[in-house]
Amino acid sequence: MKVTNEMKLTVESRSVNEGFARVAVTAFASQLDPTIEEINDIKTAVSEAVTNCIVHAYPEKVGRIYISASIYDNLTVRIKIRDSGVGIPDIRKAMEPLYTSLGGERAGLGFAVMESFMDKIRVRSVVGKGTTVTLEKKIRGRD
Amino acid sequence: MSARIFYEKDRMTVCLDGEIDHHSAAIIRAGIDEAILTSRPRELVLDFGGITFMDSSGIGLVMGRYRLLSSMGGEIVMTNLPESISKVMKLAGLEKIGRIEERMNAV
Repeated sequence: MKVTNEMKLTVESRSVNEGFARVAVTAFASQLDPTIEEINDIKTAVSEAVTNCIVHAYPEKVGRIYISASIYDNLTVRIKIRDSGVGIPDIRKAMEPLYTSLGGERAGLGFAVMESFMDKIRVRSVVGKGTTVTLEKKIRGRD
Repeated sequence: MSARIFYEKDRMTVCLDGEIDHHSAAIIRAGIDEAILTSRPRELVLDFGGITFMDSSGIGLVMGRYRLLSSMGGEIVMTNLPESISKVMKLAGLEKIGRIEERMNAV
């Protein structure tokens, strides 16, 4: 699997940037000529990952969210959303559907959406250092 | 995102337009709650006809309003759901907490 194109984007962990981040990544993935559903899948999954950074990674301050995406020659797009925030103490628990450490209006479905809408998800985290979520989707297009 | 609110007897309809994410949901919900607490409807209709995007923050928005309505003995109806958000709605199992109606005409 060879990389044919890459992009990098850094945004501040402000909620107003959620829309920009998901649209930017989706626009980049568009070169693979995805279907409307595939576009929506990527847009929603990225929105969830970026929102997690804003809501969880930097609770006390505004930090940076590092987004990168790579396109491979087998029509796969791999998206990394990384923060240098608080980290996740129990990744398995965090990824349980409906689990949220926050309550309020949080549905606890972010990871469930990412898992359902993308082909692959990988979460790496170190408490006190940060978290990287890697999402992957093969674009099949209008078959 | 914007919300237009209509009243008809004991039914309150909220017509949502634009994108529902964590950012916009936080902005819109206080206004909707204020209207709910003032008018105390028996039925809250959430019209998604103008929604172009929704992530799980939209699910949280519905859930929060459902809790408020339930505490007042009211019900939630969701209508005009665009195809694009049906996937996330289904994932959340929202049909369990409120009636989903195919198409309702805006007041």
